Amino acid sequence: MIMTPTSNGHDWTIDSVREALADKRISARELTAEFCQRIERRNPELNAYLALSPERAYRQADYLDGLVARGEDLPSLAGLPLAVKDVLSTKGIVTTCASHILEGYRPPFDATAVERLERAGAILLGKTNCDEFAMGGSNENSAYGPVRNPLAMDRVPGGSSGGSAAAVAAGMAVAALGTDTGGSVRQPGSFCGIPAMMPTYGRVSRYGLIAFASSLDRVGPFARNVRDLALIMGTIAGGDRMDSTAAAVPVPDYVGGLDAPVKGLRIGVPTDYFAEGLNSAVREKIEAGISLLEQLGCVRTALRMPHTEYAVATYYLIATAEASSNLARYDGVRYGLRASGGTLMEMYRKTRGAGFGAEVKRRIMLGTYALSAGYYDAYYLKAQKVRALIARDFAEAFGQVDAIVTPTSPVPPFRLGEHASDPLAMYLADIYTVTGSLAGVPGISVPCGRTQGLPVGLQIFGQPFGEARVLQLAHAFEKAGGAQV
Amino acid sequence: MPRTTPAIARVAPEVSAAYESVIGLEVHVQLKTATKIFCGCSTRFGDRPNANTCPVCLGLPGSLPVLNKRALEVALRASLALNLRLQQNSRFARKNYFYPDLPKGYQISMYELPLATHGWLEIEHDGAAKKIGITRLHLEEDAAKNLHEGFLDSDRNSYIDYNRCGMPLAEIVSEPDLRLPGEAHAYLTTLKRVLEYADVSDCNMEEGSLRCDANVSVRRRGEERFGIKTEVKNLNSFRYLQRALEYEIERHIAVIESGGSISQETRLWNVAEGRSESMRSKEFAHDYRYFPDPDLLPVHVSTSWLAEIQRDMPELPTARRRRFEQEHGLSDYDAGVLTASRTLGDYFEAVLRAGGPAKASASWIQTELLRRLNDSGLSVEASPVPPAALAGLLAQVEAGSITGASGKKVFAAMFESGKSAEEIIAAQGLSQIQDTAEIERMCREVVEKNPESVAKYRAGNQGVFKSFVGLVMKASRGRANPQIVNETLKRLLG
Repeated sequence: MIMTPTSNGHDWTIDSVREALADKRISARELTAEFCQRIERRNPELNAYLALSPERAYRQADYLDGLVARGEDLPSLAGLPLAVKDVLSTKGIVTTCASHILEGYRPPFDATAVERLERAGAILLGKTNCDEFAMGGSNENSAYGPVRNPLAMDRVPGGSSGGSAAAVAAGMAVAALGTDTGGSVRQPGSFCGIPAMMPTYGRVSRYGLIAFASSLDRVGPFARNVRDLALIMGTIAGGDRMDSTAAAVPVPDYVGGLDAPVKGLRIGVPTDYFAEGLNSAVREKIEAGISLLEQLGCVRTALRMPHTEYAVATYYLIATAEASSNLARYDGVRYGLRASGGTLMEMYRKTRGAGFGAEVKRRIMLGTYALSAGYYDAYYLKAQKVRALIARDFAEAFGQVDAIVTPTSPVPPFRLGEHASDPLAMYLADIYTVTGSLAGVPGISVPCGRTQGLPVGLQIFGQPFGEARVLQLAHAFEKAGGAQV
Repeated sequence: MPRTTPAIARVAPEVSAAYESVIGLEVHVQLKTATKIFCGCSTRFGDRPNANTCPVCLGLPGSLPVLNKRALEVALRASLALNLRLQQNSRFARKNYFYPDLPKGYQISMYELPLATHGWLEIEHDGAAKKIGITRLHLEEDAAKNLHEGFLDSDRNSYIDYNRCGMPLAEIVSEPDLRLPGEAHAYLTTLKRVLEYADVSDCNMEEGSLRCDANVSVRRRGEERFGIKTEVKNLNSFRYLQRALEYEIERHIAVIESGGSISQETRLWNVAEGRSESMRSKEFAHDYRYFPDPDLLPVHVSTSWLAEIQRDMPELPTARRRRFEQEHGLSDYDAGVLTASRTLGDYFEAVLRAGGPAKASASWIQTELLRRLNDSGLSVEASPVPPAALAGLLAQVEAGSITGASGKKVFAAMFESGKSAEEIIAAQGLSQIQDTAEIERMCREVVEKNPESVAKYRAGNQGVFKSFVGLVMKASRGRANPQIVNETLKRLLG
């Protein structure tokens, strides 16, 4: 029996893992074996992992155990049991984007974020389930079956990074990487009751992130506490010569800034986010959360962000337009699925017909339409203009406040199948997350009480490249008992 | 709909004289860089298929393009050389269509915001100079190459070589300012020369680093509106270009004359058949769904960088031609020939640096060197006679150690063997005879053998003098010093 801090292992954190390794209370190999066992135990019912990478995990564990044996310094994230969303490329490990079209595809390179975490000592356990090509908010659009919410087995874990959120919430990983295009990290974080962060667009390299919507896609972490998010952010953030949209803005010491006082910080509460459609129980919890921040000395300011109501429409035009182009490469010619057809065109049609699921096809068609001659100006171009207005709403708000506080999702986690036949209702539930996606700002979701046992998430937006402030506020909120408001 | 073109009725010259053709060219040049436009793969030509590929140029999921600064720099050089105005902002877009040679399902190309616009190029045709407008220059990536032949299973399968995929290209679009196939030919020749000089591209049509498509229409003379145009693709040799344009113009006129109308379409030049064929009509034109590529930042060129590029700009053909006239006293014609290609001009200057006299060097290069290079199908760079060797030979002629006539023989031998002038002169005994006694002996012999000519000369026919000189030179196998021969003959005949 391996000694762990608690019987269910939920209390492992990045620091406790590293210290346990350094003090030789556990070896990296034992730790890896323990997590493999946990996955074996819980994954069949949760379906959070699509593929495991034990060889790679044990190779890294042996390397770390070698460092310990030789008395060498351990890297900052040494031993971190890590899960990675299956839209992030991992060298030699099957990466499918939860789609049939990429069945059996093994990338010849690692995503920059994955590479940076492994170099810092993280142990890659495997690849997590998600909505196909990150398109969805419930993880029900996976070609490999839905993920269940570990906190309520009949409910969805959120999406699209549902597998990553569930893996961390169920103790099958200490941290995970997801990707957030319109809320795909923050919303599953909220649904699974764990903190989750979407960094500023350009803060973390997208190299190796299999694109859904390139101008919106971001890599972001899930962890069991805000401090771990800060540790991961400090590792994955920063410019990358493989991604020209990754900015070479210096990366501050996120962990070092966590305990700075929040007293006097101005928090903006946009009235536009507390309108029709917000579940009353969620509203109650968010109000309680904001009161908690006020008790900590934050100053509440009411804000108007007038273009919020156009955000969902704008988001679904831009995201689908980019997706229609990004997903053109899955044509059966070079990798992944290829259906046989008598002619080239027939092969294309059959491959894409068989390889993509319904939601992906719907979005490809929407996006193709939005970019077509004669419609481009009315849809894509107009959406870009509205996007600029939404970004301006944020810029103006940050002239008055240090952070913006909203619900992450208008509703608590819903039942599997509840919205399956109503894609529009699902799209509308993205209302609070897509604004920040369009504006490019960083955002975090932190647990903010529960309603009928189901977690609620409080979203905090910060200024571009202001991750430190967002993490600092979320950390203070967490420490003050935000999860129990 | 049949894809073949109906036979064209020949158009009588007086009928076609009533029409004017309007031509614009779209030229793609591969930019001279060591690596591809969005990744670090080599641009070397002729490597093993798919040797120069990586996740980025293969468009693997999750890979991202990063603009090669060198490609941008070379394109900026091209823009300056073509008098183009640099745009404040340019950016890459995605041109979406499905084809196996396009691994991302889209080509990254500048679209609504090209790198540079409003340029011009001066051409010469039929002795007249004409300024041809250049609409735009933009950067884009090349596609891969589909291989349909040469494999055991080529009847069933095709293969793809992605080495070419991601090669840096500049597309240069002219205004519809060209009026004759000959002008189009002159434009392409001049463009090629300027781009070679500016060190933009190798402009090698065989290797595909220079490719040309044409937009063609005709209208009745005096008419201001343009006729309906067709785009003719695959004009990848200077000869096809002219031939295909002539064909297409005649086809347009024939269709109009027979009461029909031209349909706007893309046509492919069929080299083997010598005619253009319909590729796709306007109704089947692609909707490329262009939109700005979110993976790449807008292109911004700082004024200081542009100034640096301007400062380091190589000399362009027109400037060099003027300089050859002024510095070396060459005629406009000679300077034109010697600057026709950058390499020939470089050769000429290298001969001068090695001590060759300007006028003699110019004349020997144009006659002896170019003729032999042409005959043996060699380029200037591959000349068996390096510039210093030619300068050495000219020095011998200048110094009088060999005659001009012998010099030509020596040059021929140098060209054949690659040996130096000294070696050949020594081996063939070609050094000049300066010995006055020896020359006098030869002159006497000629005079004695030709009494009739002597009589004519003495009767006042000065013209026969030349034939005496010729006979003496012949007897000496061209080695006798012509000046001494002249003097001696005058004395003997006097």
